[in-house]
Amino acid sequence: MVTAPTDAQAAVEMASAVETARITATLIRVTGDWSLAEDCVQDAFARALVDWPVRGIPRNTGAWLTTVAKNRAIDRMRSAASEKRAVRELAILTELEELPDGSGGNPGADDDRLRLIYTCCHPALPLDARVALTLRTVAGLTTGEIARAFLVSEATMSKRLVRARAKIRNAGIPYRVPPPELISERTAGILAVLYLMFNEGYSATGGATLIREPLVREAIRLTRLLIGLLGGSPHEPEALALLALMLFHHARRGTRTDAAGDLVTLEEQDRGSWDRAAIGEAMALLAAAEHMGISRRSRPGSYRIQAAIAACHMTAPDAGGTDFAKVALLYDHLGQIAPSPVIELNRAVAVAMSQGPEAGLALIDRLEQTRSLDGYYLLPAAKADLLRRLGRRTEAYREYCRARELAPSEVERRYLGKRLAETGPGSSS
Amino acid sequence: MPQFAILIYADESLHAVRAAEAELEENHQHAKDLSASGTMSLAYALTPRANAVSIRRDSTDAGPFVQADQFVAGFYVVDAPDLNSAVAIARLNPAVRTRTGGVEVRPVHSGGITANNK
Repeated sequence: MVTAPTDAQAAVEMASAVETARITATLIRVTGDWSLAEDCVQDAFARALVDWPVRGIPRNTGAWLTTVAKNRAIDRMRSAASEKRAVRELAILTELEELPDGSGGNPGADDDRLRLIYTCCHPALPLDARVALTLRTVAGLTTGEIARAFLVSEATMSKRLVRARAKIRNAGIPYRVPPPELISERTAGILAVLYLMFNEGYSATGGATLIREPLVREAIRLTRLLIGLLGGSPHEPEALALLALMLFHHARRGTRTDAAGDLVTLEEQDRGSWDRAAIGEAMALLAAAEHMGISRRSRPGSYRIQAAIAACHMTAPDAGGTDFAKVALLYDHLGQIAPSPVIELNRAVAVAMSQGPEAGLALIDRLEQTRSLDGYYLLPAAKADLLRRLGRRTEAYREYCRARELAPSEVERRYLGKRLAETGPGSSS
Repeated sequence: MPQFAILIYADESLHAVRAAEAELEENHQHAKDLSASGTMSLAYALTPRANAVSIRRDSTDAGPFVQADQFVAGFYVVDAPDLNSAVAIARLNPAVRTRTGGVEVRPVHSGGITANNK
């Protein structure tokens, strides 16, 4: 029976989403060779794209892909080993041949994937390498795709990945789930890498567009994968909350820029066009995270608080209906567990919305004096907005100018340029 | 918006005809969260194994259709943008979290409540 090409393609995409990390992780465990494992898994998916439309979709797609990837690895190791039949390579070949073909029912596969994520996010690797390696090995993106997402050439990204893999080999970074005394710190590190990946896609630094969709999508997908592997762990509530936080932000993706590609602020966004299903899922995740946290008596971590803040915004009927007093309180909690001047700035904005611009402006002035946010464009931008609302237009104009000089992307510069024109000399508003 | 059916597999249904409220609390809370978040459009809890009747052409038997350790104890339908989201929602089910069973996610082809006077 011949399957319609679209069905087969959808099946390959689905299998890619569910199986890539599982199969790669298992091959890495057995062969110890990251590039070989990644190449063989890519080959298996390439074969599926050709094979499935013609011969039909296999009943167990994961098992089919595992077998093809495994056989490919055996072929490549055989031809490499034929010249010099090292004992170690023969041992690996034997283990590869004995690898079960099935997936899903293979209880070791989840452990393999967890090992893979912990190794990719090892603190001995530079942060950018952790993100790149996770995208390549766990998410199965091609080097070219990752290079484009980070706006570097494919050659540069390729070198970065080679160096990271070499470091894993040479520095002896263990391919394992860390021992219990390290697991808490390391899991927090993985959540941080995933959030960084999301933010890098969500508010792209540099470049002409605001959102780099593939990074955002992969960060969400990997967080889902991690949650599936963390069941019952003390980190489960924070991981659920992180996913909720990402989905809340992502639900607004269609409304953050207008038809001309210009920035639209949260308060001006068309709430009717927000993705209700994503918000619903995020609310369900956050509720589950909170119940779990309560039943395990764990104090809310930073993702739970940030998700709760996002929930305030996402469930308000309109910008004016947002419970800003609650938002300010949540920022206060957040500042206590993870002190940061950016959080202070956000708290100041929430205070301005609930208690009036003067109260917010006083907090921002105090923050400015600490000089901890020098060079951060959102400080003068927030200050300018409050000054404008107070009718202090000359000062607002000056702050918008500062903000525009510091803005990291073209989209944000254009937005601030518009605000400048509204407050500038000769404008009527 | 795509719909997904989530079938709950468990050793036994908690919903005996005269089940105590306390036994059902975790399930109720989860159902409340899902309804409040607007993702769940329909839900049915089914009674225990012993109340099932299975009918084949040649026989009518007490018990679930498939003889297995676990059986369908209930099902609900959620709205989700894609399968991955539906899986994330399904994973929140108490049967998964308490390891007393599991759930199966099935993309809905078509259907819905058929009577207009419901």
